Amino acid sequence: MAAGQLESGATASDRRRKLMDKFMTGVAYFFTFIAIAVLVWVIAYVIIRGISVWSPAFFTENTALFGDGGGIYNAMYGTFVIVLMAIAIGVPMGIMAGIYLAEFGDNRLGDFVRFIADTMAGIPSIAVGLFMYGLLILIMGWNAFAGACALAILMLPVVARTTEGIIRLVPGEIREASLALGLPQWKTMLRVVLPTAAAGIITGAFLAVARAAGETAPLIFTILGSNFFNSNPMEGAMAAVSLYVYQASSSPYQAVQEAGWGAALVLLLFVLGLNFIARAIAFTQKQN
Amino acid sequence: MLSALASRLNLLKQLRQGNFGDAVFKILAYFFGLFLLFITLFIMYQLLFQGIPAIREFGIGFLWSTEFDPVQQQFGALQFIQGTLVTAFISMLLAAPIGIGIAAFLVEIAPERVNRIVGFLVEMLAAIPSVVYGLWGIFVLAPFLRTYVEPWLIPVVGWIPGFEGPFRGYSVFTASLVLTIMILPTVAAISRNVLQAVPRDQREAMLALGSTRWEMFSKAVMPYAKGGVIGALALALGRAAGETMAVTIIIGNARRVFTSVFDQGATIASVIAGNFTDASGGVYISSLFLLGFVLFILTLSINVVARLLIRATSTGPTNPTGGF
Repeated sequence: MAAGQLESGATASDRRRKLMDKFMTGVAYFFTFIAIAVLVWVIAYVIIRGISVWSPAFFTENTALFGDGGGIYNAMYGTFVIVLMAIAIGVPMGIMAGIYLAEFGDNRLGDFVRFIADTMAGIPSIAVGLFMYGLLILIMGWNAFAGACALAILMLPVVARTTEGIIRLVPGEIREASLALGLPQWKTMLRVVLPTAAAGIITGAFLAVARAAGETAPLIFTILGSNFFNSNPMEGAMAAVSLYVYQASSSPYQAVQEAGWGAALVLLLFVLGLNFIARAIAFTQKQN
Repeated sequence: MLSALASRLNLLKQLRQGNFGDAVFKILAYFFGLFLLFITLFIMYQLLFQGIPAIREFGIGFLWSTEFDPVQQQFGALQFIQGTLVTAFISMLLAAPIGIGIAAFLVEIAPERVNRIVGFLVEMLAAIPSVVYGLWGIFVLAPFLRTYVEPWLIPVVGWIPGFEGPFRGYSVFTASLVLTIMILPTVAAISRNVLQAVPRDQREAMLALGSTRWEMFSKAVMPYAKGGVIGALALALGRAAGETMAVTIIIGNARRVFTSVFDQGATIASVIAGNFTDASGGVYISSLFLLGFVLFILTLSINVVARLLIRATSTGPTNPTGGF
């Protein structure tokens, strides 16, 4: 009798515990579902609204922030030029910083630089934009080069830390074999270690570029935006796709808002495309 | 000092030995490594330097003045600090359970294959540009909230201080929701790394005692991972505080103190981005720089605390982007 009571008490608590377990498992599923649902919602909506705006004229006309909107030809050119310059500046510098961290960074100074690189990745992009405005724009006037510098600064910590991580993964034997053959350290690095780590570094660079391409805040302070085609990156205001999306979002004209969706789709495909390529490179490397 | 540095790096020795290439290589590597330090300090200096006219004009009182009047040339920061902290905290509080839930799903529940796909999808959430979230927030989420959420939400919470007054689509609340989505990947990704770093023994010991999976997670895994998860949340808080474009588009840029989250407001980042092109000359633009400096210090300190917390608890290299 007493044993029976005890047993039934135990099963009741067991049932409660199992129920709690099921409930919390359901909660975890539900939260994951929310995240994926929002992702689908955003992407699907941008695709549906954006694709209806796309037409040959949309890609060949310049932007217009009034009336019945326009295309994004000059904005695409601007994004292309600025991102290209940012890659040219940011990627080599980031790789060198990564080499420093991997090769010479095993001391207190290296730890400090690593820590600063990590915190730097969290600095708001708008602060970098203001910085560039104060440093270059006040002297040179609006120009795309300053915008590219701002994006390069944002790319630096990402490229540096991924490069460091990849270089550290290169087996010591490869390096030692090269050094044993009498190659100096720098040649070992450039000819042996970096080519071995190339796929990983390129992945990191692609991710950094994808992030920079979507950045808008630094461009407000450097390229300003423009309704005209400007091919000179060193002088004059320029348009960019991300900046145009921002400007269109606050436009009172319905047609301009529509054009904003078209531009948002271009930006989204570009950024997600870069992400896919980066993953694909990393994945094929892993297969090998 | 330069010669001291040179001898520290064995440069002279390398040059004597004829290792010219290595000496140059080392100098270059050090230069670009230290450039990271230099640029961070230079950004801070530049923001403060350009803010000097505003400091001269308003002094330290700039921080707690709520005046923002371009006509009278009076500027303060308090309402923007309020906006930044309120939006960042709301979004962190909302992202915390969801992000940790996703991390728990990935580490404790999902099989390998699902894990990879879901991890990839959450990562995509982080890849979408801020300005696209802004466009979506203002044209899709705000009308959605007004039509489907307001009717039942307001009767429930409308009497609580901070939730009173009319419900606006462009509001602190909508901006916080979009921020939640944007920082979710950060919370999920870093929490996942931290949870994965919890030793297997910890789980097995608890399961061997007859516990359910939830009891194992809440009593054996979470206490172990607590520091790192708090670090992930702090990092997300810093990200939310510095986020600019989406918030600028959605929050309504009302440059005053708000008393309800359903009202319009402004954050430090949004007021800089939203007013920069109108700012003409002298004290106005200088005030925006000073606001930028305040934001920089705010996010930097949050980030430093977050990194220290994460570093103390998780093993292995942490990804600076917060990605998987």
